[in-house]
Amino acid sequence: MADAFKFELVSPERLVLAVDARSVVVPGSEGEMTVLARHAPLMSTLRPGVLVVEGDGGTRRIFVGGGFAEVGAQGLTILAEDAVAVEDIDRAKLEQDIRNGEEDVRDAKSEDARRMAMMKVERLKGMAAVV
Amino acid sequence: MASLKDLRLRIASVKATQKITKAMQLVAAAKLRKAQLAAEAARPYAERMEKVLYGLSSTLKSSPGAPRLLAGTGASKVHLLIVCTAERGLCGGFNNSIVRIARERAFALSSEGKDVKILCVGKKGNDALRRNFASWIVGLVELRGVKQIGYVNADEVGKRVLAMFEAGEFDIATLFYARFKSVISQIPTATQIIPVEVPADAAVKSDGAAYEYEPDETAILSDLLPRNISVQIFRAMLENAASEQGARMSAMDNATRNAGDMIRKLTLTYNKTRQAQITKELIEIVSGAEAL
Repeated sequence: MADAFKFELVSPERLVLAVDARSVVVPGSEGEMTVLARHAPLMSTLRPGVLVVEGDGGTRRIFVGGGFAEVGAQGLTILAEDAVAVEDIDRAKLEQDIRNGEEDVRDAKSEDARRMAMMKVERLKGMAAVV
Repeated sequence: MASLKDLRLRIASVKATQKITKAMQLVAAAKLRKAQLAAEAARPYAERMEKVLYGLSSTLKSSPGAPRLLAGTGASKVHLLIVCTAERGLCGGFNNSIVRIARERAFALSSEGKDVKILCVGKKGNDALRRNFASWIVGLVELRGVKQIGYVNADEVGKRVLAMFEAGEFDIATLFYARFKSVISQIPTATQIIPVEVPADAAVKSDGAAYEYEPDETAILSDLLPRNISVQIFRAMLENAASEQGARMSAMDNATRNAGDMIRKLTLTYNKTRQAQITKELIEIVSGAEAL
């Protein structure tokens, strides 16, 4: 059995997850990679994608909307603005949100509001594309 | 001297005010706890971000290809002051102390011949700064109706600041907020966020491991720097939220105590007046009986 290492997923608002993992699949900006124990020190940016964390408690799939990964001597740390467990994402609701968002873009009164709405839609579409 | 009826009304109204300030104090205490928890929960992210950023920055700062967010625009002509304050008053000197340091900075900069632009986050700061600097205020971000400050709120401000920076609207950005030290002490603070200030001792990396960078150091840095702006703003907002509640709590505690003192004094006057009136009536009766 593979050795375990410390895995931490941190969002700006809180520490989302801190577990011992055996392997973590990370959606790096230059391709997916699997981090195992004693991985060489590495820093990489992330693209929107799904983290697959395998630990003692089974496999967890977590969507991240981009961010940053650091593998150091202590383990793997992921800084992500936006992290949602895949099982919490509701496909139908997501599609509804995208439609609502697109409507917001059309109805936006100011340039600022339009930009914000567009960003939101893009984020949701990124989520829909990988889940 | 006020009549007995006036005094009674006065006492009743002070009592009602005391009830309100007492309630506000309790609410602030509950909100303070929440705000502190949020500030603590946000710490790990900011700390790790800082570690990575400082490590990368100190190696890349002097290189010619360094991103502008790190190296600056090379000029220091236009300053942007981002002033974070509360949405409401009744919190002692909280808003005032932040506005004061921002105002001092703005005057100092303009006397040096620099241009100043002000972005207000929170209504109170805007209200106060409008008096002196109406033409310098470039925007106001209202957080009214935001119950719990989330990263999205900060990101919104961050994106706006970045867009302004990319459009060349300012050279140096400074963030004003109150750092939360304790319930009775909040320290108004100014932090420069663009270009990033790297402490001199940051070059020493904690674990000294040779990192492999993917894509490469410059690309990572230029991805990280804009994020850092939002994170810094988020942190300031959270500190501010905790400070605001702390300031309000102690202000309301004072108000409650003052109302108590006032009630005591008024009650004393009320009783004195009442007794004086009874004595006066007795004298009237006695002297009336003697006259017979």
